[in-house]
Amino acid sequence: MPLLALNGIRKRFGTHVVLDDVSLSVEAGEVVAVIGRSGSGKTTLLRCINGLETIDAGSIVFADKPLPPGGAALRELRREIGIVFQSYNLFPHHSVERNITLGPTVTNKLPLSEAKAIALDVLRQVDLEDKLAAYPAQLSGGQQQRVAIARALAMRPRLMLFDEITSALDPELVGEVVKVLERLATSGMTMILVTHEMGFARRTADTLVFMHQGKVWEKGPPRDLFAAPKTRELESFIQAILEPND
Amino acid sequence: MSRDFEWAEFLFLLGAMRWTIVLSLVAFVGGGIGGIVIALARTSTHKVLRGIAAAYIGVMQGTPVLMQLFLAYYGLAVLMGVRLDPWPAVTLAFTLYAAAYLGEIWRGAIEAIPRQQWEAAAALPLSPAAQLRHVILPQAFRIAIPPTVGFLVQLIKGTSVASIIGFVELTRAGQLMVNVTFQPMIVYPVVAMLYFILCWPLSLLAGQLERKIDAALGIKRHP
Repeated sequence: MPLLALNGIRKRFGTHVVLDDVSLSVEAGEVVAVIGRSGSGKTTLLRCINGLETIDAGSIVFADKPLPPGGAALRELRREIGIVFQSYNLFPHHSVERNITLGPTVTNKLPLSEAKAIALDVLRQVDLEDKLAAYPAQLSGGQQQRVAIARALAMRPRLMLFDEITSALDPELVGEVVKVLERLATSGMTMILVTHEMGFARRTADTLVFMHQGKVWEKGPPRDLFAAPKTRELESFIQAILEPND
Repeated sequence: MSRDFEWAEFLFLLGAMRWTIVLSLVAFVGGGIGGIVIALARTSTHKVLRGIAAAYIGVMQGTPVLMQLFLAYYGLAVLMGVRLDPWPAVTLAFTLYAAAYLGEIWRGAIEAIPRQQWEAAAALPLSPAAQLRHVILPQAFRIAIPPTVGFLVQLIKGTSVASIIGFVELTRAGQLMVNVTFQPMIVYPVVAMLYFILCWPLSLLAGQLERKIDAALGIKRHP
């Protein structure tokens, strides 16, 4: 039984169909990298899985439960689905520690001492245990993104969603975030990543999904897809990514 | 028989200034409570609530505070047979007036918080009330400091219209002193100076508070 199953989901913004009959299943421990051009529906797909967007048709089943459209039932399920955004979205008025303990204390009702222990633990996982007392504005982009990962991990999710989390970073800061992602993947975390880091996708992902015009255009092991794309669209996309100046 | 503007007359102005302060504080606190309700109603997903709050703000901002004061003082007497003394009438009028303006200022501050902050809080997943309490309102507070203090300064100066219905605050006390001393060029500058002493430190305080918050959060300010 997959941990996550998307069955024929469809999402429209006005008359524009962003996701068109998307089906995908993700097993526990699987790492799925989603690639595709801008506007292909990658980010919307992640937002639908987390319930930040409601779907117009189809179903999303997580851990055998259909994703509720909203309210307390959705919040209950969201505890197990962490999401990290492209622009970090840390809370600037809270210290790193409070950014991380907020979910465990307010949502999970854990005592502060326990939440602080979790904060330290997840910060160690992203090599930032010395930044507990810092505020987001005092950190580099890479550090902020790692704190955002730690904040999501503090909820002990079963599935992690990453939405182009290295896209807003300076090139020299990408490596530190990718390292954390690779470590997470090795630890057995189920992950879906929208990414442009082809090297990472090739090395780490179990499954590569190429989206085009709101559909899952191609899907399979990354090495196979990179070596022998079945469609012209994927071939030209890979070419454009690998040789951007051609 | 006139008298000079001396120490006793100055003390009379100071005594009246106390009522300017009390009226401003009561209107600010009462209006602040109402303002929070209005700001939350204006930013809620509930259409009817949003509409009611918008209509209230529209009426209060679209009519002069003097008319609101007259309505509270004379209107209630005519419509409901309730004759308010000047003090409750000015308190009511200024509280309702402040609630509309503060509500609108704070609505703007809440809406200035990027949508991504709401989403990050929702993803944690905080309840809507917890999102407001822990994420949105603390950030909106910082944004709201300058316009809120700006409005408080306006409110303090605006309380001078309460003199119209005979409420003796600083401006009314000044008029009374001019009537007995015939020295407007002494009395009114003193009255103005007293308003200035009330208002100027508030602006300084607001700037200091902003800088303090920014420093605590490690936010660099533009020079």
